[in-house]
Amino acid sequence: MASSNAYAQRDPMLKKRDDFEDILEERRNSSDLRYALKCYTPALYKGVAPCKSSMLKSMVLQSDQLHYVIQQVSKETGRQTDNVQEEVSAILDEMAHSLQLSTVRFFAFTLSKIFKSLFKSIRVNEEGIQRLQQAIQDHPVVLLPSHRSYMDFLLMSYLLYTYDLTLPVIAAGMDFMGMKFVGEMFRMSGAFFIRRSFGGNKLYWAVFSEYVKTMLKNGFAPVEFFLEGTRSRTSKSLIPKLGLLNIVMDPFLKGEVFDVHVVPVSISYERILEETLYARELLGIPKPKESTSGLFKARKVLSEDYGSIHVYFGQPVSVRSLAEGRVNRCQFNLVPRHIPGRPDEDIHSFVNDSAYKLVRAQEDNMVLKPWVLLASLLLQKQAVGQEQGTALDELTAQAVWLRDLSRQYGAFLHWPDQMTPSEVVSSSLSLHRGLVRTCEGKVQLALEHEGGAVGPQSAAALEEKLLSQAVIVLSCASYRNQALHVFLRPALLASAIHAASSNQKQEVFNSFSFLRNMFSNEFILCPGATVQDFEEACYLLVKTGTLQVTQKEVLVNERGHRTLAFLVSMLDPFLQGYQVVCRFLCEEATETLTEKQFIPAIRKFIIKHLLAGRLRYAEVLSSDLQKNSLAAFLRLGAVEKIKGVDQETLKVNAAMVNSLEDTLGGKLPTQKAVVARL
Amino acid sequence: MASNSSGSGSQGRAPQRLRIIAGHLQRPVDVDATVSAAECKAQGGEADVASDGKSVPKRRQEIMKWNGWGYSDTKFLFNKKGQAEFTGKRYKLSGMIIPALKEWMEGTFGTNMQHKSLATPALTRTAVQPPTLNEAFVEELKSTGVPFSHDAEDRVFRAHGHCLHEIFALREGKVGRVPDLVVWPNCHNDVVKIVELACKHNVCLIPYGGGTSVSSALECPQEETRSIVSVDTSQMNRILWIDEKNLTAHMEAGIVGQDLERLLNESGYCTGHEPDSMEFSSLGGWVATRASGMKKNIYGNIEDLVIHVKMVTPQGVVEKSCQGPRMSTGPDIHHFIMGSEGTLGVVTEVTMKIRPMPEYQKYGSVVFPNFEQGVACLREVARQRCAPASIRLMDNEQFKFGHALKPQVSSMFTSFLEGLKKFYITKFKGFDPDCLCVATLLFEGNREKVLQHEKQVYDIAAKFGGLAAGEDNGQRGYMLTFVIAYLRDLGMDYYVIGESFETSVPWDRVLDICRNVKARIIRECKDKGVQFQPFSTCRVTQTYDAGACVYFYFAFNYRGLSDPVHMFEEVEHAAREEILANGGSLSHHHGAGQCCAAWAEVMESGRVERCGTSYSADTTMC
Repeated sequence: MASSNAYAQRDPMLKKRDDFEDILEERRNSSDLRYALKCYTPALYKGVAPCKSSMLKSMVLQSDQLHYVIQQVSKETGRQTDNVQEEVSAILDEMAHSLQLSTVRFFAFTLSKIFKSLFKSIRVNEEGIQRLQQAIQDHPVVLLPSHRSYMDFLLMSYLLYTYDLTLPVIAAGMDFMGMKFVGEMFRMSGAFFIRRSFGGNKLYWAVFSEYVKTMLKNGFAPVEFFLEGTRSRTSKSLIPKLGLLNIVMDPFLKGEVFDVHVVPVSISYERILEETLYARELLGIPKPKESTSGLFKARKVLSEDYGSIHVYFGQPVSVRSLAEGRVNRCQFNLVPRHIPGRPDEDIHSFVNDSAYKLVRAQEDNMVLKPWVLLASLLLQKQAVGQEQGTALDELTAQAVWLRDLSRQYGAFLHWPDQMTPSEVVSSSLSLHRGLVRTCEGKVQLALEHEGGAVGPQSAAALEEKLLSQAVIVLSCASYRNQALHVFLRPALLASAIHAASSNQKQEVFNSFSFLRNMFSNEFILCPGATVQDFEEACYLLVKTGTLQVTQKEVLVNERGHRTLAFLVSMLDPFLQGYQVVCRFLCEEATETLTEKQFIPAIRKFIIKHLLAGRLRYAEVLSSDLQKNSLAAFLRLGAVEKIKGVDQETLKVNAAMVNSLEDTLGGKLPTQKAVVARL
Repeated sequence: MASNSSGSGSQGRAPQRLRIIAGHLQRPVDVDATVSAAECKAQGGEADVASDGKSVPKRRQEIMKWNGWGYSDTKFLFNKKGQAEFTGKRYKLSGMIIPALKEWMEGTFGTNMQHKSLATPALTRTAVQPPTLNEAFVEELKSTGVPFSHDAEDRVFRAHGHCLHEIFALREGKVGRVPDLVVWPNCHNDVVKIVELACKHNVCLIPYGGGTSVSSALECPQEETRSIVSVDTSQMNRILWIDEKNLTAHMEAGIVGQDLERLLNESGYCTGHEPDSMEFSSLGGWVATRASGMKKNIYGNIEDLVIHVKMVTPQGVVEKSCQGPRMSTGPDIHHFIMGSEGTLGVVTEVTMKIRPMPEYQKYGSVVFPNFEQGVACLREVARQRCAPASIRLMDNEQFKFGHALKPQVSSMFTSFLEGLKKFYITKFKGFDPDCLCVATLLFEGNREKVLQHEKQVYDIAAKFGGLAAGEDNGQRGYMLTFVIAYLRDLGMDYYVIGESFETSVPWDRVLDICRNVKARIIRECKDKGVQFQPFSTCRVTQTYDAGACVYFYFAFNYRGLSDPVHMFEEVEHAAREEILANGGSLSHHHGAGQCCAAWAEVMESGRVERCGTSYSADTTMC
């Protein structure tokens, strides 16, 4: 294990980040109409002329790739090629964007109005914009924004328009297209639509990938998509989806372009528009279908204050440099490039690693507001059952402590230093007054405690009360989650120390490795980087005076207990969540349990336990956590999918689940129990 | 030490070709006379068809530069008025002023006439290590009567080819390990004796032909402690016989291209093998490196031309027992001789196909609006299998380079015509001067067919937006290939270093490889701190059914860099890596030599291509 010197050189405290400019300020001082009608002349990639969408379609239709697949499909199905060709055209019509400047100008105008009423400021790092501008002129560019809100892609296009950059074409889910009129508006502002699932449809995949590649190769416009695939309902970054990333890397790997530059963009909202919506969704209250009328109804959100948005355009990442020394591009020399093929194992792992790197780059530049720290503290307090809340000045003192800690861990924290800590805290609390309540100088989460007061209540009413509390808890948790990536590795180490039976370094490492493996569907943990992560965590905890790490041992310093306790509590809800899933699988899972039934069944199970007071964290009701844990158990082989007559059922390996539960609970030393099998 | 040196199109440009071609155009009248005269000679002499007028003396330094390309009397320089001038009398361009060159150099490389980096004027003999002689070997050699020398100049001359690092070191007066002895065998039997003695006395042999290698094939291994002997085949330069019934000729392997062609021409024949280095490169070198000539579309590459080869190896003489045009008797021994690059033996005699000299030749050129269209046109020409003797497509940078090399126009009228042409293409036809590119053509055959062929090619070109742009442009295009080698010496006087390398690649990847390799060179230079963007350019020089040969040039201004040669090699390495990643081969005709030794492993494990290994000559020869 490397010495800590290696880390000293990239001390997270020393990360250099750009400054922000508020773009709304100018909007407040000058005419929106003039802005919407401004002269828009973006610099283009190597001077290519922008391409009409009709021309783009015909380029795609005439491509060798598509010809090949059409022939193939026609041969396999016995259909006429003309017939297949028509289908291809239809797919393409359904998919293609039809970017129109007039629509963009319309959006520029309306969004200006909306943004001004919703947000205090929209802050952008202008150096990032300059880097992007250069990248667009030199290389095909892919924009990878984080995805926390519907707002994201509108905001992105709005920003690029503001800075006179080539407008991106955006991969959007088909569900948007269901929205009459608005879908078409989106299409005209540069969105193209892809079906959510088209697994086996060779033709669809061919059209789709060729469409994206054609745009990219010719450098007509930056291609934008969400690596996470969908909006994160929890504000944690989601495990990246590789499909589109594979497609945009392909032209480079096959030598069709010199390089592709990928730009991670981190969009952080001080208050998320969909805040309680997400919480409800996670609790199983179904998400409203995207519809125009739904959007119309949502206009009441317009009257509230959502604080500010920070958009950080990260350093463009050259796919060429990512691939250097990793990928042997010669492997593509022996098959004609228009013949589609599954990527080899090494390409797959390269794309996967790159995806993780990029998501981490997004996480890294996420701006954290003081409220994120407050939410973390308040959630921990709520969980240990402080019914009366915390005194404001105590909370402030703790927040200041946490502020310093998170900065040492390299968090991109926006703490207004010109204000006193107590001002900072109270202004944060007031922005989120829906989630916290201050009475008599004590602060706590806004849970309905008084409720029906005394006496026995009906089960339904209790459950309803529990769920409404959970909405608040989950909303709060989504803010805490914004900071998770900062604390994740130290927290894993802290929990590992907590769980390990001795302070032998090897044992702590085993325990760390077990937890890391367990949670790798839950958090962004680059595959195969266990040792690096462990060293990073050790480095951070040693640097902050929490630990001493010697050759053989990991020792906790006297003054380190506070930090460790905080870190352990950070991860505790997740640990408990996974344990309860284990318990469910052992106790209640039947032979006929399907994946579909899993979520409702476990929800019922958890509600039962919560009401009985056997569980501490309402958070474990989150379907996100439940799905992730199931995925982890499937990955570890503790649960298996069995193909049944008409559907897949889940087969539980009770012994293994049991031992996983014990290890999670610290009842078993890690190396004996499961690590051997992992 | 890989190396029948010489060979390979390499750096060598072919000024001679232009002279020969000029000759072709004037001569038809007296063809018959020459043929019959030469015939008698050929039949008559056991010795040779014509022994006089050979271009290469034993002491090469008498007529050639010791630290640069080509003849001593010929070079580019800036005269007192600051205009570029090409000295000497040997070439068409000789004695002419090239007015645009200075500006082009300043604009392309950021050179400055004030900042010069001149070469050491003469070799310091003390810089050359005294020879390590194997006394016993030398004694026995004396008794055979084969001439030899251990003069420092002779030895230094045979210690290098024309790689950038080799020339760069010489210009700085630095000499590394050089051969200890130079021998000049006069015939096959002399070589047999030399090889026998070398085996007997444990001496290393490095065959030397024309010295035009660009793959470090002539470099002596630093760590070699045994005596190294350079076998200079330049005196084995006779045409031994011409067989008109079978249209073959039998030559000694040391004959250089220009002599071979001239002597055959005197008999009314030609081989049609014209690599760019044909002035200096030798037949043996061509065979040993799998050379390719610019007119391969009509005559074929060396492997198509060779009927019979005699090679002296440490195990004895290798040759076929007949001259049948094709045989099915197991693997063809020619296939290990060709491409052995001197590692397996010394090629001493070769029988080659010959053809009657073409009746008519015509140059041509086509301007395309962009490189993509040009490549599409070449691809179509190859598909229809109607490629002229030579068809080459230069990219925009090279097109501009070609323009910078236009000699001063003598008449007002020509300059008016030029202007008109330019106006027509850029203004009337709307070609972007920063995108357009030009294909140069050479047709050969009987007059009627040439004209017909020409029409066919121009018709195809028209489909791809090509406009015929005249014979002069075509001819100048071919001229560019030979002056570029002399031009490198001029560049080096002003802190500019450059080199070329080539590849062969399937058609569908031609555009990608051209773009990516050029971009890689630019990026690598930028990353390594080269101040001025490098000159990075390419041309498609040969077409095949399944692909094309692409030639890259790159050069940059190295002022302010501490170790330019090392940096240069890193860039070149990166460029080759890019070629391989884009589906190109390591070499189309230069050979692998030692330059590509770094790739040997990649090639074997990475199944990239048949490996031109770089065993040092000593392991195989002695």
